[in-house]
Amino acid sequence: MKNLESLATLLPVDNIDTDRIIPARFLTTTDRNGLGRHLFADWPEGSAALSDASIIVAGHNFGCGSSREHAPWALIDRGIRAVIATGFADIFHANAVRNGLVPVVVEADDHARLVALLEAEPDGLITIDFENHVLRCGTVEIAFRAASVVADQTTPGGAELDLLLQQIVDIQNFEAGSQPRVNTRMETR
Amino acid sequence: MEATPTTLFDAIWEAHRVDVNPTPAGGPDTLHIDLHLVHEVTSPQAFEILRERGLPLRRPGQTMATMDHSTPTTPPDASGLYIFSDDDTAAQINTLEANCAEFGVPLFALGHEHQGIAHVTAPDLGLIQPGMTIVCGDSHTSTHGAFGALAFGIGTSQVAHVFATQCLLAARPETFEIRIDGALQPGVSAKDVILAVIATIGTEGGTGHVFEYSGSTISSMSMEERMTVCNMSIEGGARAGLIAPDDTTFDFLEGRPFAPQGADFDAAVAKWMRLPKPGEAPYHRSVSFDASRLVPMITYGTSPGMGVGIDAPIPHPADLTDDDERDSLRRALDYMAFEPGKPLSGHPVDVVFVGSCTNSRLSDLRDAARILDGRTVSDTVRMLVVPGSRKVKAAAEREGLDQIFLRAGAEWREPGCSMCLAMNGDRIESGQLAVSTSNRNFEGRQGPGGRTVLASPMTAAACAVNGVISDVREMLR
Repeated sequence: MKNLESLATLLPVDNIDTDRIIPARFLTTTDRNGLGRHLFADWPEGSAALSDASIIVAGHNFGCGSSREHAPWALIDRGIRAVIATGFADIFHANAVRNGLVPVVVEADDHARLVALLEAEPDGLITIDFENHVLRCGTVEIAFRAASVVADQTTPGGAELDLLLQQIVDIQNFEAGSQPRVNTRMETR
Repeated sequence: MEATPTTLFDAIWEAHRVDVNPTPAGGPDTLHIDLHLVHEVTSPQAFEILRERGLPLRRPGQTMATMDHSTPTTPPDASGLYIFSDDDTAAQINTLEANCAEFGVPLFALGHEHQGIAHVTAPDLGLIQPGMTIVCGDSHTSTHGAFGALAFGIGTSQVAHVFATQCLLAARPETFEIRIDGALQPGVSAKDVILAVIATIGTEGGTGHVFEYSGSTISSMSMEERMTVCNMSIEGGARAGLIAPDDTTFDFLEGRPFAPQGADFDAAVAKWMRLPKPGEAPYHRSVSFDASRLVPMITYGTSPGMGVGIDAPIPHPADLTDDDERDSLRRALDYMAFEPGKPLSGHPVDVVFVGSCTNSRLSDLRDAARILDGRTVSDTVRMLVVPGSRKVKAAAEREGLDQIFLRAGAEWREPGCSMCLAMNGDRIESGQLAVSTSNRNFEGRQGPGGRTVLASPMTAAACAVNGVISDVREMLR
C-alpha cells in the first residue's frame, strides 16, 4: 500500500461513537453509497471541522457503539482514508479495515505530541508510511502499531468472501460432521 | 485421557472453528455460525452482494429475519396498513420482505405473531441455545450470551459472508472474567448491575475481549435478567458476554417451540451440562464486584460508562487527573446541562422510555408496572412503554399490565426498537431530557439535540411519576 499524505482534520475527542459518525435515522437507505453527506450530521463541532483532509486525528475509543458499517461507509464517502487514534472499538475497527479505511493506533504520548503539533500548525501535512509503520508530521516521526492488512474490496463482499468461498470444501466437511442446532424453517405450533 | 480444561468461550470457539487447508499463517480463524439473525437495516446491501455474485444463501434454515429497528410502534390503520415515518423506511421494510422471499429466509414481518426485536423474540422462541454461535448485524447480539452461546454483532459485509458461506473470518478475542457476587437490595436490578460494571471498567475496558460473567449474583438471576447484563457487554467494549448455562437456562428452554423436544431435549441438556463452568480454566483478565452494596444507577453523561449511584454526586471535572477524561467529562456535562458535584435527583424529566433489547421483556414491564400501579405519570412527562415483541405484548396484556400503564397515563405501543435509536419516528425533541431503559446515552441518540439518562425500568417508572429524577427505593417503602 502506498503512502498517504494529507492535511488532517483535528477532532481529538474521546468516544466518538457511531451515532455521532452517522445518526441512525440515515440508516434507512438500502444503498451503501452517498452516506458522506450525513457524516457528523448532528455534531456541529465535527461537521464544522471537516475539510478536504483525508485523515482524521481523533481521540480514544473511536467508533464505539453500534455495528453499523454505514459508519466507515460515510467516512470513506466523505474522502476519509485513515483515522489516527489511541484506540478503536472492535466492531468499527473490523468494519473499517474491511472497507479500506485505515485505523492507525498510536500511543497516548505520541498522540498528544501529534495533537499539539497540529494545533500549532493546522496546515501541517501528515504522511502515513504503511510499509514502515510510521507517520510523519513536520519533524516529528511516530511509530504506529501495524494496522491490519487492509482488505481488497474490488469484488462485492471483498477479498474475505473470496477466501471463504475458496474454503467451501472445508466448510462442507465441517458441516458434514455436525447437525444444525436449530432449523428456523421448522413448522412450529 | 483428561482433556485440558478450557473456558466456555474457548470450548465454543474450538467447536466452531473450521479446519481449513491450507491454514493461513497467523491469519483469522474461519468460524461456523449456528444462527444468523437478520433485520431490515443492516441486511439490504448484504443481500445485494449475493445477487451481484450470483450466490445462493447457503443455509436459510439457520437464518431468521425480523423487522424491528424502523418499524412503527403505532397500530395499523383501519385497512390494516402500517404508517411509516417516511418513504425510505417503508422501502427498506419492503426490501427485507422481498429479499427474504427471494432467498428463502423465514421472516417475522409486521403483524406476525413473533414479530419484535430480534434479541427479544429469538430467545423467547427457544432459538438461542447453549454452545451455539450466533451473529446478527447488530451490536446487541451480545444479549444471547445469557444462554452460554457465543453471540456477537457484525457489519454488513460479514452479514454477506455468513449468507454466502455460513462462516466468517474472525480473530480470536481474549477472555475477561466479570465476577459478581452478593444479593441485590430492593430497587436494584440487573440493569443497575451492568451499569455499575461499565462505570468501573469503562466503555473500552473490554476491547479485544469476550466477557465471561460469573458469581452468585449472576447464578441467581433469571434468564431475562441475564439477557439484560449480557446485552450491555458491548457498552463495556466487549463484542460478546457469556454466562455458563445451568438449570435456570434449561428450565427456560424446555418446551419453547424451536428448542429440542422430549428425549431430544434431555440429550441436549446432557450435552449442555458438559460445557465448561466458570473458573475451570484461567482467563486473560479478571475483575470482581460486590453487588450487595449496589444502589440504583443512572448515567449523567454521553457515554454509558458515565454512571453513578442515584444518591451520589456527579463527578467534578476538576477532580479528574487525566486530561482526556477531564475534557470528555466537561464536554458531556456541557451537552447534558448538568451541574457537577451534585446528585441528579430532582432534575426535571421530559420523557420516559421503557423498552429496547435491554429492558423490554415481560419482567421489565412488570417492574415498571409495579411502580406505576395506583400512581399516575406526572403531567409534565410523556411516557412510552414499548414491549420487545408481539408475544411479550400479548403476555403483558393477559396480566393487565397494559391497563396499569394506560391508567397511569403512559402510552402503550406496538413492539420494536422505537426510541432507543429513534429511527422509526419515535424520538425526543432537542433539549428534552429522557430517562430511558435502553443502552446508549450518546449525543442525539434518541433524537437530534436530545439528552438521555440510562436507568432501570423501576427507576424510569419512578422518574415518570415524580416528573424528576428519583430514587425508586423511596417508593418501595
